[in-house]
Parts: sequence; structure tokens; C-alpha cells
Amino acid sequence: MTTLTDPPKASFRLSQLIYDTRYRSITIQVIAMILVVLGLYWLVNNTIQNLSALGKDFNFGFLTQPAGYDINQRLIEYTSQSTHFRAAIVGILNTLLVAFLGCILATIIGVFVGVLRLSKNWVVSRLMSVYVEGFRNVPLLLWIIAIFAIMTESMPQPRDFKVGGDAAMILGDSVAVTNRGVYVPGVVFENGLLGAPLLNWLLVAAVLIASLFVIRIVRRRADATQESTGIRPTTWYQQLALLIVPTGALLFLMGAHLQIPYIKGFNFTDGVHLRNSLIALWIALSLYTGAFIAEIVRSGILAISKGQSEAAAALGLRPSRTMNLVILPQAMRVIIPPLISQYLNLTKNSSLAIAVGYMDVRATLGGITINQTGRELEGILLMAAFYLLLSLTISGVMNVYNNRTQLQER
Amino acid sequence: MKNSVLLGALTVAGLAAGAAAAGTLDDVKARGTLNCGVTTGLVGFAAPDANGVWEGFDVGVCRAVAAAVLGDPMAVEFVPTTGQTRFTALASGEIDFLARNTTWTFSRDVDLKFEFTGVNYYDGQGFMVPRDLGVSSAKDLDGATVCIQTGTTTELNLADFFRSNNISYEPVPIETNAEAQQQYLAGACDVYTTDASGLAATRATFEAPGDHVLLPEIISKEPLGPLVRHGDNEWADVTRWTLNALITAEELGVTSANIAELSAGTNNPEINRLLGTEGELGAMLGLEADWAKNAIMAGGNYGELFEKNIGENTPIGLARGLNAMWTEGGLIYSPPFR
Repeated sequence: MTTLTDPPKASFRLSQLIYDTRYRSITIQVIAMILVVLGLYWLVNNTIQNLSALGKDFNFGFLTQPAGYDINQRLIEYTSQSTHFRAAIVGILNTLLVAFLGCILATIIGVFVGVLRLSKNWVVSRLMSVYVEGFRNVPLLLWIIAIFAIMTESMPQPRDFKVGGDAAMILGDSVAVTNRGVYVPGVVFENGLLGAPLLNWLLVAAVLIASLFVIRIVRRRADATQESTGIRPTTWYQQLALLIVPTGALLFLMGAHLQIPYIKGFNFTDGVHLRNSLIALWIALSLYTGAFIAEIVRSGILAISKGQSEAAAALGLRPSRTMNLVILPQAMRVIIPPLISQYLNLTKNSSLAIAVGYMDVRATLGGITINQTGRELEGILLMAAFYLLLSLTISGVMNVYNNRTQLQER
Repeated sequence: MKNSVLLGALTVAGLAAGAAAAGTLDDVKARGTLNCGVTTGLVGFAAPDANGVWEGFDVGVCRAVAAAVLGDPMAVEFVPTTGQTRFTALASGEIDFLARNTTWTFSRDVDLKFEFTGVNYYDGQGFMVPRDLGVSSAKDLDGATVCIQTGTTTELNLADFFRSNNISYEPVPIETNAEAQQQYLAGACDVYTTDASGLAATRATFEAPGDHVLLPEIISKEPLGPLVRHGDNEWADVTRWTLNALITAEELGVTSANIAELSAGTNNPEINRLLGTEGELGAMLGLEADWAKNAIMAGGNYGELFEKNIGENTPIGLARGLNAMWTEGGLIYSPPFR
């Protein structure tokens, strides 16, 4: 006969926190948590104490003071009488501009090089290897400075373009390549609908995007007609009209016309001035990050089984169409996650702008403003917050895209 | 360049050093060397020579302080700083003393919590342009591209000058004097602007100095002087009176040539007090009795330092001008040693 006895009552002993595997992990986590909090407390407390020892306070009031300095490249209205906050915004916009341009160019370079590095042509694939290894293994800062130095030292000065000078404008006298940057024709609005040129441009972009949406609807409808009747209606003239007419009408309404730069006094006036600092930073960031993206693209393509391209070849697809329609769409699933970190790297690396005097947020808020106001802690915190926010935004948006390109399994 | 980011971040952690710096004099004595912040290189004011030994007018002040405190003018650790990194380096305690063509302004003294301990050069902001540009006045510079060191008072004056004259310009921000020189010579900017003394010093290093002119306009007052952290009065006194000792020495005719003879004792009680043979001025500062003698012997008195480094017989060729002794119509003046 068996007797049921109560299991021995678990009497909790303190030593179990260490020796009992059920509790040990919790113990360790609690201790780690306490240490982290203590560490943070020490840091903050130390900072507060030392700030008061230096007789400084912690406040962001300096952001509303006039900045007093000028910024050469500004996408929004700014004068030396504007506030430090506005100077920071000008810097932020400059950072966003170079990061945006850089990500686009780096992606184009990366995809091209990544594909070409797998080319069966020995010379092409070796050339691409040289490019990739060269840019991956030399610090970015050197590339930025090198490109900047080439631009500054080897291009003619603007006054060489004057009558009797030994330099000439190219592309039908519309583009001037100087050692201060490249002057290209710019579009100006004779009678803008909105106050600032930037807003007018945003309006144009909005109209363009809207047209693209309508074009998509037209295409969808054509697809539907094709599926139900078997005949695809001719829509190219509709699409073309939708693309050109609304935007064109808007530009005409605003009196848009090209303005060709010409030399006047010390510099070129009119047109758009792409400064050396922007060009050097943009090209160097794109070439450098492009080398990494090329490797990501290559690994993505190699991850697709050979059977896929053989199957495509069996269907009679040409190699270029095989790559575009079969391999790359599948490779994207492998490529996108590491691509996100490359975009983040490029964005953060843009803070090396200081080397060539490009006025990004590091140079305005994190440089001159900090220097003129002595608000190091506040300035650095604001800048860190900006980069954090920007990185999280980029990675968030790219992750949404990533989720949409992933294989949908049911 | 990346230094400033690092320094900025380090200020948070490194402020511990700032708090501990209440007794900079004791720290320097215990360490045995003076950490002196200078420019990254401006010939005549602070630049390493062919053997890597720093020399120049600002360097002379560093060496005088080291000689006064430690008895050895060579016991100086020079820390090159840019316009942007200098204040962080001083505030964080990385350097004890900043002698780097730094303009004494209200906000730096009051808001940035620094203590200027005198003026060793009365300067003003000027413009340099290539001669063949044909410009004779700064007011003709409408639309010009101007190289400017960032984080300086000159940057703010420049904005004010062009604004008040209602003309436009394109600023090209650069970090160091060397960078500015390279950009200017390559023609990436039409004009280089900084303190007139700095322009003269920079021009002296050009291959053809005669091809470049300094425009007549001086658009600001730039009293340049050494500075220390706010709140350490003993250390501020040491550096202030070391500079004053150099100035007083010139006024009293004490030079590195006759100092050995004079320090045996003279009929002039102020010379005796200065050189430590009478009174206890050294002890009041917490230094040896011969502190001022050491400081003067380090590089000579104020006038000797000036003549040797930036004076009319050097390639830089600056006239004394405002920087002559008050007795000769200049502004250089020291309170009395008594």
C-alpha cells in the first residue's frame, strides 16, 4: 500500500539565489540592473556636481540667441542674425542632403560593381575587385581629403574664366568647374506660388508624385483589362501626358526658367553652386560605402542557387533579364538587412564633413555654436539625439521595406 | 579635427579633472611640467622649429610661466589646439594655461568661465588678398570668397562687417592656419581674414610675400592674451604676474643680458623686489624668491621676446605700434611690483 505524502515543503534558503539554477539567472540580472543604475547615477551626479563646480548651468536658452556667424550653404533662409536653433536646422538639412545624395549614389555604385564583380570577363571583375579592396581598406577621411585636394589644387580659379583667362566653361558655356566648386545652371521661379524656393520645389515634387500615382492607377486598369479581355489597351501616351503635363503646367505657371551661371566680380553668380566640400564629401562617402554595398550585393547574388539562373536560361531569358527579373529580386531579401546598416554608416560618417569645411550639423550645432556659447554638454546631447533619431528613422523605414520584400509564407 | 568631438564627449567624463583643478599651481609643481595650450602652428607666435622644439611669442609666455613655477623653461608640454578645441581643452583640465592668440571678450571671460590674465598683444582683424586682384579696400570685397577660421571672434566680426557694410561674401570655414594658407594660395578663396599679426606671420612664410597685400581696414579690437580657468585665483595670479614681470622688466631696463648683474642687488627697490633680493613677492605667490628672474631669463623681457619672434628684424616684421611700452606711446603697461 502506498501512502501519499506531501512533497517536502520548499523552504527557501538565501544560498539558493546563487546555487539554484531556478533563481540564479534572476539574481544575476537584478545585480546587473543595480550596477547599471548606480553607474548612471554616478555619471549624472558627477556631471551635475562638476558643472556647478565650474559655475555652469544646464540650459538650452542659448538656442534662442542670435548665432552671429554665417553659413555658406543653406537650404533655408539664414543670416548671421538668425538664432543658434536655426543654424542647427541649417546644419541638419545639410547633413540630410549629403546623406540622401550619398545613399542614392552609393546604392547605384554598389549594385553595378557588385554585379560586375561576378562578371565572367576577367578584366572587368578584377577591376571591380581593385576598386572594392581599395576603398574598403583605406580610411574614409583620407578619401574625403584626397578628393577635396584634387578639386582645390587642380581646377582653375573663377577669375581664370574672365575674358582673357585660360579656362573655359563646358557643355555649351553652361557649366563651370572651378576650384571652389562646380557651377551648373539652376531653375528659378519668376513668380513662385509660395514664399520660399524650397516650398516651391516641394510643391513640384508633390505634383510629380501625385502624377506617378495616377500613372500607376492607369497601369493597374490596363492590367485588369488585359486579364479580362486579353487585349492590353495602349496607354503609353496617357502615361507620358500624365507625367509631363501637370508638372510642366505648374512650372510654366511659376515662370520657371534656366539660369546660366556667369562670372561677375570675384565669383560666378546665378545658377547652382555645388561647393567643393559637398562634392568631395558626397563622392567620397558614395565611393566608400559603395564598395561595402558591392560586397553585400555580391553575397546576395551568390546566395541564390545556380538552378535559378539555369532555369531562367532554359526559358530562353537573356542574361541581363535573368539578373533583373530572377536573381536580383530574390537576392534583395539577403541584401536589404545589411544594406540598412550601410545607410546608417554613411549617414553617421557624414559628420566627417568637418575635414573639408562642409557645414553639416556637426559643424554648426556641434562646432561653432558650442564654441561660441561654451555649451558643450547641451550641444553634444542635442547632436547625439539628432543622430539617434535619424538612424532610428532610417532603420525603421528600411525595415518596413524589408518586411514587404520578404518571402510571404502562409 | 576629430579631437573636438572626442573632447566634447570627454568633457562630461573629464569634468572630474576640472573639479580637481582647484589647485592648478600644486598640480603643476607635483607633475613637474606645465601643460600649455598653443596654436597648431603660426610662425612667430607658436610653431615647432626644425628640431621639433616649440618657439614663438606665445611659446615664450608658456616658457616664462614654467620657469617661474618650476625653475625650468623647458618643462613645458605643448598641446596644439585649434580655434574650436582650445576652450574645451582648458575647461576639461587637459591644459593648465592657454597662450594662443585668444581674444579677450566679455562672453569668454564671463559666460565661458575663463580668466584672462593680461594682454600680450594688442591686435585687430585684417584682410589679406593677392596683389593682382587689384583690391585696395575691404569695402570692395562684395561677393568675395573669404577663408575664415571657425570658432573664432574673427568669424563673428566678419559677419558683422559685411552685414553693416551691406555687402555679401561666401565664407569658407577652415580649421587651422595651415589649412587656410593652403586654400588661400590655391585660390580657393579670394581673401584670408584673421588677426593682422596672424596675417603678417602667415604671409612671411609665403614664397613670394610681396604678391600679397594686407588691406588697410582693421575691423575689430583683438586684445590677445593668455587665459586660465575661472575660479583658481592663485594660479591666475601666478600667470598674470609672470606676464607683468616680463613687461616690468622691459620698463625697468632688465634684460636677459644684464639680469645676472642686476640680481646681485641694485639701488632701484622695484628691480630688487622684482628680482627677489628685497621683499617677499615670490613667497606671496607661493613661488621661490627668484621666480621673476627665472621667467625673464627664460626668453628675455617682453621687448626681447617681441623683437626675437615677431619684431621688425624677423621675417614677420611687425612694428611695436600699440604694443610699445606705455612710456613710448603704446598700450603695454604693468601694475607696479610692490
